[in-house]
Amino acid sequence: MPIEVAYEAKIERLSILDQNGKLDEKLAKDTLTDKQVVQLYEHFSTCRHYDEVAFKLQRSGRMGTYPQNMGQEAAGAVALAAQKQDWMIPCYRENAALFLHGLPKENILLHWMGDERGNEIPDDVNMLPISIPIGTHMLHAAGIAWAMKLRGEKGVAFTFFGDGATSEGDFHEAMNFAGALNVPVVFICQNNGWAISTARSKQTASETFAQKALAYGIKTMQVDGNDIFAVYKAARDARKRAVKEHKPFFIETLTYRLGDHTTADDARRYRDADELESWKKKDPLIRMRKYLESKDLWNQSKQKKLEAKAKEDVSAIVKRAEGIEKPTIDDIFDYTFKELPIETRRQRDTLHTHSLGQFPEQETLQQTAAPAHA
Amino acid sequence: MSNLTLVQAINLALTQEMEADDRVIILGEDVGLNGGVFRVTEGLQQRFGEDRVVDSPLAESGIMGSAIGLAIAGMRPIPEIQFEGFLGPAYDQLVNHAGRYRTRSRGSVTVPMTVRVPVGGGIHAPELHSDSPEAIYAHHPGLKVVMPASPFDAKGLLISAIRDPDPVVFFEPKRLYRAFREEVPEDEYTIPIGQGKIVEEGSDLTVVTWGAPVLQCLEAMDSLPDDLSVELIDLRTIYPYDADLIVESVKKTGRCVIVHEAPKTCGFGAEIATMIQERCFLHLQAPIQRVTGFDTVMPYYKLELEYLPEAARITQGITACAAY
Ligand SMILES: Cc1ncc(C[n+]2csc(CCOP(=O)(O)OP(=O)(O)O)c2C)c(N)n1
Ligand SMILES: [Mg+2]
Repeated sequence: MPIEVAYEAKIERLSILDQNGKLDEKLAKDTLTDKQVVQLYEHFSTCRHYDEVAFKLQRSGRMGTYPQNMGQEAAGAVALAAQKQDWMIPCYRENAALFLHGLPKENILLHWMGDERGNEIPDDVNMLPISIPIGTHMLHAAGIAWAMKLRGEKGVAFTFFGDGATSEGDFHEAMNFAGALNVPVVFICQNNGWAISTARSKQTASETFAQKALAYGIKTMQVDGNDIFAVYKAARDARKRAVKEHKPFFIETLTYRLGDHTTADDARRYRDADELESWKKKDPLIRMRKYLESKDLWNQSKQKKLEAKAKEDVSAIVKRAEGIEKPTIDDIFDYTFKELPIETRRQRDTLHTHSLGQFPEQETLQQTAAPAHA
Repeated sequence: MSNLTLVQAINLALTQEMEADDRVIILGEDVGLNGGVFRVTEGLQQRFGEDRVVDSPLAESGIMGSAIGLAIAGMRPIPEIQFEGFLGPAYDQLVNHAGRYRTRSRGSVTVPMTVRVPVGGGIHAPELHSDSPEAIYAHHPGLKVVMPASPFDAKGLLISAIRDPDPVVFFEPKRLYRAFREEVPEDEYTIPIGQGKIVEEGSDLTVVTWGAPVLQCLEAMDSLPDDLSVELIDLRTIYPYDADLIVESVKKTGRCVIVHEAPKTCGFGAEIATMIQERCFLHLQAPIQRVTGFDTVMPYYKLELEYLPEAARITQGITACAAY
């Protein structure tokens, strides 16, 4: 018996708009319209400003820890490929996509201000709250997609996670379930090169993250994650296929975290300044602007207007987030169950956990018992 | 002697044990190059190299499971789980393997490792960065559970944990990491696992607590009338815990208030209260009281101080118990 090739594979990388704003017209055909590019540019610029303001809020003690999204805005193009009925199952570095899919912008600020009202999802939006335990929520996407398939709904579950998240066991179980059960999930791995201080090279010996999907029978590709055309096209095609064939898809976006991991982090401790500088040149916003200017769709005066508008919008968002009254203590209890167990209700009503005062008969007993002891 | 924070005392203990025993290695997320997200392992990778202070992939089950293998095969690993809320993915490894290998193998396979885990609330952190799961791990046979509340105790207990022949979960209260400094001897010393400590002596009522609430209990005690004499016990080890110390104290005072951050139901206070009524029922002059977190999910930080057993609520509990 000869030795046969049992399996062979390659990973394709899609890139349409390069860092100089030059578009590959052929690949860009039937993707984003001029209007959509302008819309995304305006949206991402506003998100960038939002990020800067959030950073300042944390520094001035008005907000807790915040993870900047700066540099990764292009992932938001996924939301343009999504339909209203699709689900977003996010991590915390895709604000732009969540806002486009219908999350009120103050919610993210509220979340990081330690306010659970930031996690309330509007009734008509299919989305889960930001997921804090890394690498665990993609299984929920598999389950949601499975339910959509069972219920005959024509939607997909988009789930976002980082390069670090692929090291968690749950990531592999999510991929295996999605592949084995044939459910319409689109996995979006935002490979930004770092998981806090852990470089991508220490995370895995795998050449790409995209190839991990192959092991689970899932179609997969890499895209330039700072290129809205590539991100959009990959997400749109993945969606089409997911809906039609009930098949999962995996997209690795090559991007970079331009900021610290969070406001609690200082990336200078572990990251090369040159690396950061080289990625600043690949900023998704810079190339979008160059592209729009080259097509005469953008100019200095539009930019000025946009900046003023972003300022105004974000300051109104901050006002809404900060203007909300402090949650009442009942909030701690009321969402634990639909109906509170009696002990929890007792704690809520007395606001203490010690039993004296919670059971009047304890005191009565003492009064009757007291003389006998005396 | 030097005046150290909890972070510095732990760092010192780690340094000295790594110096003394080259089987000791540290592994975890961001523990090396970055010195840990709380800087507890700061400087250790520079000093001991990348083979002994290892930035692992982002996987708690991987960290715990491979630490078990390292321990079995002759190393003395110190895995770090970045926050207690992320023990979840490591739970199976910790409970079903680390806690069981000795029993499973009739003593022929053992797991001498120390799992370091920042614990508890009060630092304005996001979700799953403020929980208190110590009772869960105390409940599982085969695991020792330690939670120091001072720099001095942390150093002595950590050295004991590292030298212990069995797995120890070493919880470090985040709220205390930089809350105060204390004189810590430069030389190595140990504090036995399982030994509680009387923080303040008293004769009318016993308060039992551990971790960050030691400070809130002291604050509450400051506000009590002078003629109420309270004895404060810092348990220091949750499992195996110092029942004798509690019994001795309650026999003297006849009253006991237990304080912890974890939810009340099935919190470790439940075990202590049961033990007290088993061992000194006839000495009790009041029902044992528990001042704890509520039976809810730990809220986001806007409400965390309303959830945690702060001084005012502890004072209420003590006052009610004393007046009974
Ligand atoms: C289960 C779990 N372990 C550890 C952490 C702490 N933590 C928060 S973010 C992070 C790194 C995540 O890296 P990556 O997945 O690449 O996402 P990025 O932050 O780069 O967007 C870690 C270790 C966590 N939140 N959850
Ligand atoms: Mg990353």
